Amino acid sequence: MITLNVNGKPMSVDADADTPLLWVLRDHLGMTGTKYGCGMALCGACTVHVNGQPARSCSTPFAAVAGKRITTIEGIGQTKEGRVLQEAWVANDVPQCGYCQSGQIMSAAALLAKVKRPTDAEIESAMSGNVCRCGTYNRISLAVRQASRNLK
Amino acid sequence: MSAFEIINLSRRGFLKAGAGLTLGVAVPSLAQMAGPGKGGGSVVAAGALEPNAFVRIGTDSTVTVIVKHLEMGQGTYTGLPTLVAEELDADWSQIRAEGAPADASRYNNLFLGAMQGTGGSTALANSYEQMRKAGAAARAMLLAAAAERWAVPPDSITIARGAVVHAPSNRKATFGQLAVAAAKLPVPQDVKLKDPKDFALIGRRLTRTDSRAKSNGTAIYTQDVKLPGMLTALVAHPPRFGGKPKSFDADKAKAVKGVVDVVAIPQGVAVLASDFWSAKKGRDALAVEWEESGAFKLGSAEIMAGYKSLAATPGLPARKEGDLPGAFARAAKTLEAAYEFPYLAHACMEPMNCVVKLSADACEIWNGEQFQSIDQPEVAAVLGMKPEQVKLNMLFAGGSFGRRANPHADYLVEATQIAKAIDGRAPVKLVWTREDDMRAGHYRPMYYHALKAGLDAQGNLIAWQHRIVGQSILAGTAFEGMMVKDGIDATSVEGAANLPYAVPNLGVELHSPKMGVPVQWWRSVGSTHTAFSTETFLDELALASGKDPYQFRRALLAKSPRHKTVLEMAATEADWSTPLVSARVGDRRGRGIAVHESFNTVVAQVAEVTVRRDGSWRVDRVMCAVDCGVAVNPDVIRAQMESGIAFGLTAAMHGAITLKDGVVEQSNFHDYMPLRMNEMPRIGVYIARSSEKPTGVGEPATPVIAPAVANALFAATGKPIRALPIKI
Repeated sequence: MITLNVNGKPMSVDADADTPLLWVLRDHLGMTGTKYGCGMALCGACTVHVNGQPARSCSTPFAAVAGKRITTIEGIGQTKEGRVLQEAWVANDVPQCGYCQSGQIMSAAALLAKVKRPTDAEIESAMSGNVCRCGTYNRISLAVRQASRNLK
Repeated sequence: MSAFEIINLSRRGFLKAGAGLTLGVAVPSLAQMAGPGKGGGSVVAAGALEPNAFVRIGTDSTVTVIVKHLEMGQGTYTGLPTLVAEELDADWSQIRAEGAPADASRYNNLFLGAMQGTGGSTALANSYEQMRKAGAAARAMLLAAAAERWAVPPDSITIARGAVVHAPSNRKATFGQLAVAAAKLPVPQDVKLKDPKDFALIGRRLTRTDSRAKSNGTAIYTQDVKLPGMLTALVAHPPRFGGKPKSFDADKAKAVKGVVDVVAIPQGVAVLASDFWSAKKGRDALAVEWEESGAFKLGSAEIMAGYKSLAATPGLPARKEGDLPGAFARAAKTLEAAYEFPYLAHACMEPMNCVVKLSADACEIWNGEQFQSIDQPEVAAVLGMKPEQVKLNMLFAGGSFGRRANPHADYLVEATQIAKAIDGRAPVKLVWTREDDMRAGHYRPMYYHALKAGLDAQGNLIAWQHRIVGQSILAGTAFEGMMVKDGIDATSVEGAANLPYAVPNLGVELHSPKMGVPVQWWRSVGSTHTAFSTETFLDELALASGKDPYQFRRALLAKSPRHKTVLEMAATEADWSTPLVSARVGDRRGRGIAVHESFNTVVAQVAEVTVRRDGSWRVDRVMCAVDCGVAVNPDVIRAQMESGIAFGLTAAMHGAITLKDGVVEQSNFHDYMPLRMNEMPRIGVYIARSSEKPTGVGEPATPVIAPAVANALFAATGKPIRALPIKI
C-alpha cells in the first residue's frame, strides 16, 4: 500500500510501484478526468500537477510521487487559476471532442500559477506540448489570455 | 475503487415509434447528458412530456433533446438541440442533450435512407426539418395545455424563452408546470414551422451544451466506462496486415499480477486483466508466432511505383465532356503534373476502444458509436444473434474524423470476439494503445494523380485530363452496391469528377488497384486528395497563361455562383491585390488561394506563408469563407472551419503513414506528428449569407487548406508542390 495525496486527500493504492500515475488515477482511484492519449509523454492529455509543476502522468511511476501534492482536473477548479481557466474555456467554447482539454487546462493552470500575465510567446511555449487533434489551439490561446485578465 | 454508473438508454424502447405519446419516469444518465448550464443532467420527475422520440420535457422545465448523431467534437449536441429549442421557444439554459439508442426505425439518418449513422457532414443537414418539427409539436402541446387550463383561446397565448404567457389576464406558466397536462393531449400530426425571419436562436451564438463537462473532467467517454467485474483487454496484433496467430505461449503473460486470461481471437491474441497496466505488462510478456503466408508485404515505394505504371494507361471513365484528344491536338500549350499522396491515419485523441457485456440473449456495448446500422449486424454475426439484440450506448467520442464509422465494425467485432472467447463471464473493455491504433490500418488510401491540361493561344483552359490511381474505399463494404457504379467508386473521384470550372473538353479516369492495406474514409474523404491536385494544378495553369490565380479561377466559375461568392469573399478579406511584406530580410512570403465544394458546402481559403532563409516555413494567416446554407450556429461553424484547417494542415505539413515490407513504420505522435499550437495559423472565418437549407461543416474546410498553402509556397518560391506532406 502506497498513500498518495490527490487533490488534498490521502488515497491508498495497492498497485505495482512501476504503474504510471495515470493508470492509478483512472483504474485504481476511479478518477477518469485525466486522459490516456499516447503513453509516451508526447501529447499532454494526461497532464496533472505534482507539487504545482505540470507532469505527464502516463510516464510518471506512481510510487515516485508518494508524499507529493498531486492535483488533477477534478481538483483544479479549487484553485484560482483553475477556476478562471474553466470559466474562460466555457465562455469561448474551446472544447470540441474535448478529450485533450483536461490536459490543456492543467498545462494552462501551471503556466498562470507561475506567470500571471503570460505573453503570447509564453503561452505558445507552455501549451505546445499539448496536442489537440480538433485544432482548438486558437481558442485555447484566447481563453488563456482571457483567464489571465480575470485573475485577480 | 469507484465505478461510474452507466444507465442503459435503450429503456427508451418503450416509446411508440414516431409521434406516440408516453408518460414515463425519465432517469437521465450522467454519461449522456450535457447542458449549457451544467455537466450532468437533472433528475426529471414522473410525468414528463415526451411528444416524440426527440424531446422530453421534465416537470422541472428541463428540455432534453435526444440527439440521434454522435457528438465527436463537431457540435451535434448543440446544433440539433438548437433546432428543437427554436421551434419550442425554449430558453437555451433549459436545454440538455442526450444520445439516442440504436433504433434505426426512429433515429435513422434521413440522408442514408433506413440507416442510422453519423458521417458525410450530414448530422445537422438531415435533421433540419425533423428536429424543428419535433420542437414545434412539443410547443403546440404546451400551448394547448395552457389554453385548456386558463380557458382562453390558444392564439391569445405566447411562448418565448421558456415562458408561457397569457398577457390579457397576466397569467404565466413554465414548461414544467404544463408538462403533465400537456402529456395527456394528442400529439399534433401537422405543425407549422417558423418563418426564418422570426428565428430567435438559429443564427445566434449559443454556448455548446458540452463545454462545461468537457472543461472539468466530468464528460464521460468510452475510455472512462467501468462496469462491475469488468476486465481490460489488450490485443497482440500481427505485424503485417493479413497475418494471423500461429501459436502463442501465455505462461509469462499469465504470471503477471492482475492478468486473468489469455485468449486467441481470429486476428490476434488478447490478454485480459483487472486493469490497463496489468494487461499491458501481460501483453508485453506474451510470445506469439505469426502465420504470415497471406500477409501483405509490400512497401509504400513499391505501391507507388505500381500506381505510376497504372497511371500511364487509360482508366475507367468517371466523367467525359467534349473532344479531349481533339482539344489537346489544337492546344497552344500543354502542361502535365503528377501528384503523390500517402496513407493517413485518423489518430483521434481517444484511441479506439469499447466495452462489451454479454448475456445469454443480449449484447450491450458502450462506444463512441458512429454507425449503428453497420455495428449492430456485424456484432450480432459474431454472436449468432439478431441485430436488435445488440444494444448500443452512444457516448462522447474523443474524435473520430471518420474512424469510428468503420464499415466492418472492426474494433467492436474484436471486442465482441474477446467477450465471446471468455464465454461472456465478465464485461470486457478493449483498449488500443496509441501504437495499436496507429498501426491498425483503415487509413486514408495512398493515391497517385496524373493531370494534363491544354491552353489555347489566348491562355484559355480548353482541355483537362485527370487520372486517379488508388484503392477503393467502398469495395467490399455494405456501400459498394449503392456508391460504386460501373467500377467507379464515387469517393475516389469526388471533387475531381465534379470539377466546378468551365472546361469544354474534360476527362476524369480512375484505376482502383487492390492492396492488402485496410482503407477507410478520412475527414472529407475523396476531397482530401482531389482538392489538392486540381487546385494546385490550376495555379500552374494560371501562371502558364499569364493570369492571376484568383482572377483565373473567377473567370472559370461564372456558372458556379456559390464557388464564386466564397472565392471573392476570401480574396477580399485577404486584401488579395495588396502585396505581402516580409518582416525580416531574406524571408519570402506568398499568398495562395483555393476553393472546393464537399458535402454540398463550398469553402474558399487564402493562406499566407513565410519561407525563411533556412528553408523552414510557416502558415501565418488563413482567411476562410464558407457557404453552408443557413448558419444555424455561427460559432460552431467557425469552430469547424478552424478545426478542418488544423486537421488538413497537419496532413499537409506532417502526415504520412508509410510501409516497409508491409510493416507500418509509424507508431506514435513522435513519428506521426500532429499540428501543435506553435504551428497554428491565425484564422478568420467569413460565413456567406444564405437562406438555403443548411449543409454540413464538419469536413469541408479540411481539403482546402493544403492546396491554399501549397499555392502560397509556390508563389513564394516559384516551385510547385506535387506531393504531400509538403517538402520544400
